[in-house]
Amino acid sequence: MDISYTILIPLIPLAVFLLLGIFNQKIKPAISGYIGVAGLTASTALSFYTAYQYFFVHGKVDGVYQTIVQKVTWLKFTETLQIDMGVLIDPISIMMLIVVSIVSLMVHIYSRGYMKGDDGYTRFFSYLSLFSFSMFGLVLATNLFQIYIFWELVGVSSFLLIGYYYTKPSAVSAAKKAFIVTRFADLGFLVGILIMGYYTGSWDFETLNNPEGSAILNWASTSFMGLSVITWALLLMFIGGAGKSAMFPLHIWLPDAMEGPTPVSALIHAATMVVAGVYLVARLFPMFYFVEDGFALNIVAYVGGFSSLFAAIIAITQTDIKRVLAFSTMSQIGYMMMSLGVSGYEGHEGVGYMASMFHLFTHAMFKSLLFLAAGSIIHAVHSNYLKDMGGLRKYMPITNITFLIAALAISGVFPLSGFWSKDEILVAAFEHNTLLYIVGVFVAGLTAFYMFRLYFGIFWGKDTKYDHTPHESPISMTFPLMVLALITAVGGLIHFSEYVSADKAGFEAHLNIPLALIATAVGLTGIALAWVFYKKENNLASKFADSFGVFYKWTYNKFYIDEIYLFVTKNIIFNSIAAPIAWFDKKVVDATMEGIGNKTVVISNKIKGIQSGKVQDYAFSFVAGIVILAIVFIYLWTN
Amino acid sequence: MIAGISIYEILTVTSILFFIGVYGFITRKNLISILMSVELILNASVINFVIINKYLYPDVLQGVFFSIFIIAVAAAETALAISIIINLYRQISSVEVKDTEIMKY
Repeated sequence: MDISYTILIPLIPLAVFLLLGIFNQKIKPAISGYIGVAGLTASTALSFYTAYQYFFVHGKVDGVYQTIVQKVTWLKFTETLQIDMGVLIDPISIMMLIVVSIVSLMVHIYSRGYMKGDDGYTRFFSYLSLFSFSMFGLVLATNLFQIYIFWELVGVSSFLLIGYYYTKPSAVSAAKKAFIVTRFADLGFLVGILIMGYYTGSWDFETLNNPEGSAILNWASTSFMGLSVITWALLLMFIGGAGKSAMFPLHIWLPDAMEGPTPVSALIHAATMVVAGVYLVARLFPMFYFVEDGFALNIVAYVGGFSSLFAAIIAITQTDIKRVLAFSTMSQIGYMMMSLGVSGYEGHEGVGYMASMFHLFTHAMFKSLLFLAAGSIIHAVHSNYLKDMGGLRKYMPITNITFLIAALAISGVFPLSGFWSKDEILVAAFEHNTLLYIVGVFVAGLTAFYMFRLYFGIFWGKDTKYDHTPHESPISMTFPLMVLALITAVGGLIHFSEYVSADKAGFEAHLNIPLALIATAVGLTGIALAWVFYKKENNLASKFADSFGVFYKWTYNKFYIDEIYLFVTKNIIFNSIAAPIAWFDKKVVDATMEGIGNKTVVISNKIKGIQSGKVQDYAFSFVAGIVILAIVFIYLWTN
Repeated sequence: MIAGISIYEILTVTSILFFIGVYGFITRKNLISILMSVELILNASVINFVIINKYLYPDVLQGVFFSIFIIAVAAAETALAISIIINLYRQISSVEVKDTEIMKY
């Protein structure tokens, strides 16, 4: 199967980015929107064509979906160790292509309405295209270094888009925070890549992921502090993934990233970029699974499980609707990580892997839908805060219904897509780790509760008096909502396990009725609680919150993680470590060099009189020197 | 070949002439005098060329030709130096060396 045309999928958005970026001032906003949408439409069409070719025309060979790679050597270090550039097509990269292109296209269309009249309209679309390019490149990467390059590129586009309103100090600091935190995590990623290259002699996913390959078979050859070096490399790479995917404790940038325009939050901080970490683990899944009997994979599972619980608890107390959604995103990504972590490899054992990818797909759809709906609401109300909303169902029927569909999906209500993927995750957790299963079920309940707290708070609840009547958003904004709602509603009916599985062979997934019933019951309980608390305006919720006392306050302040970071960086690192080092640098290192310079100036000032500028003085020195030399030579000669 | 006068006596004269030139070049304060001292140095060397040619290699003429060459170059150099001095005089109304220190460091 020739896949060279897939290189166009990232290159078209790149061309659009260059076009819009270079002729930023010359292109009229109306046109730049169309250019952006057209470029993404082409990429989306190509993605779907690739998926169709791969799954239905090319199909399985020997019962397994093949990994197809086309690449060129870019940098050659040794005979085996080299950096390639190319495209890699396998079931998960196809799935990611579909996810990224659909969400990105919808966000492009939506942005035409949402950003209308904004000064930086063209700039916004050029950034969106840059992001799409980077994300497609990341998805199609053939080796660790290529993925790292695009990994940083999505980081940059995320930085640019969070800081899009660069006149707002909060947006600027949020952009910096996101960049610094993820960059810090990427340091771990880079070190992991280098260790991996040093000990396995390869960065190619194909070579690394081969269960019979030397990289996996020889994992025990070198160890460091009781663990195989390969495990260390995987853990370091997971730090990078955790940074991008906002896993505890590197999650602090994600809530602040909501300072960016809402379509950006939907595209980058809900659907695509933040799942890059999940994608990375899935990409290296055979390594994670086989090396050291899955030690690194266990860490992934527990970090994911803890993050999902942690974020779900915080989400309950937040009042900014975008922040609730941000924590919800973090919680759901934790779910995916947890699911990957408890997965096996072959056949039905790999249900966790498949469920994670499935949830990634469905979550991208309903979470971007939630964000876009939230954007539509913010567009109408001009506020991010729950207290300024209420009773909006009368004014915004389409947003209301689409938001409800997404909220039901994320709560895992039959037969929406979230139900299917969440059920598979819980099946995987139940089969492998009871503790994580309990966490998963609890989080499912919390998710349903905070989503419906949001839903009732926005669309029902108190009848807020608005300064000017809110109205439904224009068609360019509601159209993506409807498309995504449709996918959210029916997406779960795809037989995902036949296409995406850890061993690429596919298997038949069955609905586990008892587990599904438990999960649904828990979800419905959450919804019912939210109904009681928030459907009508009452003070039950605040009374309930008061009964938790300190715990509520802690949760409301996100467990003071930000403050801990500030304390660690400011008091410990800046004041206790950096300041003395800076003093040493200034007073000792710099002072030595400056002293040498200053002394040279002083001395040269003193002796510059010798350089009188009078030729006669020079001539005198010259003649005197010659006379002395002559006397010396004559003396030596005569003796 | 000059009868009764050996090469040593003439070389002594030219050496004295040369060192008078050097002394003048170092001690004079007036640019014109310095220029004249330089001419003395040159003339000492020109005489040396001619004498050495005449006394040691009487059958060739290179030394004589070279002295004519030096005289031509010296004339050009003097013209150049005089023009610089005249220009300097127009600028600062002086040809004293101590007044020409404005471009020092």
